Amino acid sequence: MRTSTTIARPPTPVAIRMRRLVSLALVHAVLIGGAVFMLLPFVFMLTSAIKPPGEIFEATFRLWPRQFYGWQNFESALSTAPLLRFLLNGLIVCGGILVVQLLVAIPCAYALAKLRFPGRPILFSLVLLGLCIPVQAPSLPLYIAFAELGILNTYLSMMMPFFLSVFAIFLFRQFFKSYPDEIIQAARLDGVGEFEIVWRIVVPSAWPAIAAFSIFSVVAHWNDLYWPLIVVSDTKLATPPLGMMYFADSELGSNYGALAAGATIITAPLVIAFLIARRRFIAGITMTGIK
Amino acid sequence: MTTATAQITPLDAAPPASRQRWIERFAGLGFAAPAFILLVLTNLAPLAALAFLSFTNYELGALDFSFVGLKNFSAALQDSVVRRSVTNTLLYVAIVVPGGVLISLLVAILIHQRKRTRSLYEVIYFLPVTSTLIAMATMWQFLLHPTLGLINQALKGLGFAETAFLSDPRLVIPTLAAIGIWQLVGFNMVLFLAGLSAIPRDLYEAVDIDGASHPIDRFLKVTWPMLGPTTMFVTVTTFITAFKIFDTVAVMTRGGPGGASEVLLYAIYLEGFQYFHMSYAATLTLVFLAFTLVFSVLQTFILDRRVHY
Repeated sequence: MRTSTTIARPPTPVAIRMRRLVSLALVHAVLIGGAVFMLLPFVFMLTSAIKPPGEIFEATFRLWPRQFYGWQNFESALSTAPLLRFLLNGLIVCGGILVVQLLVAIPCAYALAKLRFPGRPILFSLVLLGLCIPVQAPSLPLYIAFAELGILNTYLSMMMPFFLSVFAIFLFRQFFKSYPDEIIQAARLDGVGEFEIVWRIVVPSAWPAIAAFSIFSVVAHWNDLYWPLIVVSDTKLATPPLGMMYFADSELGSNYGALAAGATIITAPLVIAFLIARRRFIAGITMTGIK
Repeated sequence: MTTATAQITPLDAAPPASRQRWIERFAGLGFAAPAFILLVLTNLAPLAALAFLSFTNYELGALDFSFVGLKNFSAALQDSVVRRSVTNTLLYVAIVVPGGVLISLLVAILIHQRKRTRSLYEVIYFLPVTSTLIAMATMWQFLLHPTLGLINQALKGLGFAETAFLSDPRLVIPTLAAIGIWQLVGFNMVLFLAGLSAIPRDLYEAVDIDGASHPIDRFLKVTWPMLGPTTMFVTVTTFITAFKIFDTVAVMTRGGPGGASEVLLYAIYLEGFQYFHMSYAATLTLVFLAFTLVFSVLQTFILDRRVHY
């Protein structure tokens, strides 16, 4: 109906502008409404972290407390739970996983993309099969094996199941496949060994894929709760999410200000990294497209 | 060295082609070996062990076990906890998949047309993806507190009754689903934004010339069909993510109230790693695998065709 009126009588410039303005206001209203929902726990966390206990659940919400209580909250959070230790553990576990993942996956991906060797089709089928298996599926037998080996409650047990990333192999193989064969052939004629071809010639050109995968891997393992919860019972070894869970369960769980301060400390590293390297994060997600 | 020999006696030396083939075989096997060994150790052998365990009555620490055939499977079929977990998981998925896909599609379309404010909205909607869900779940728990929580105070201010989001058996799964959507909208939005920028502009111009300049016409005639592959991929990924719900249940409800938020992965965690009923947990893991397998295969299939540079 509206289209017919438009055809019959062209609207005045003012009407067009009015309509555009209204639709723009509508779009922003929807987006801002959504943004409030997205930011709600963050705003609550940050404001609670600087409020005294009495102000956190006050009926009228205020962004800035009447009494600044930030020092006390962060101090009691840091003194009752080894939060910085949790962050360090997260760094060790994520770093260890990522380094081994890259060292294992890159040569394998190169072999699958560029070398003819017996068993290559079978290996690639196994990689595709591996892509279909959620990480939680092998956890039960791995737990039994680690318990038998007596390596529960170690960094190794937290990292080991993730040393092989079939997704990394898959992603890098796609990337390496488009690398020009002529350059590899020329390097071979110059007497460059395959090992050097991978690490000195092909890898530097695959930087975007490696960055994308690294972001994906660190975000996934920094935030993973399932596996650390299973293999770790020693508080000292807890990763950030596990540490947060202990923290919330402890007596301090009722000290909401300190808990919010703790949550801020746990959440900060990745969020800050994201704010700094926003474009890389988003490009990484677009390229990998998988969690 | 070999090249030097080749120059002196070209007929005796191995031709470079076959030498190259030999190097490739050797290097290929060497490069693939660590990955293959780890693949067997951390993936294939555990899967075989899982299948094996499900036919036994093994429990952690037991010295001895025996084969029980399909007893674990029939026990799982009759187990009310398992039934409830499957139903709850499916209900959660049924809310998160359409919600998480459609909301992120809407957000992506609205953000895509913005120029100055685009990156600001992008950051805000993406923030939950990078934040540690456990920490944020604790904050949601405060916000949803039946009497003190900010959300209930707002509802009260608007004249609604106090709502016990996490302790009302009918509301707990929808509430967890809302948090699940909150967590993944940004991720899906980024995928949709990439899909939107891949749509050629002249398609919209062609539709404009046809007289269908209304936004809804443009959406139905161009955006929706052109986004088909992205939507498919996002839906499949969202399904898999939703099916693996664990964190929020473990932190916020622990399956309660009265089992109203028991989900499959949480049931497996309890059976296997709290009660150490390994064989039964293995059976439940196979059930979990069966549910996700169709979607994982679909995801792998799409990935195989989609990733290109």
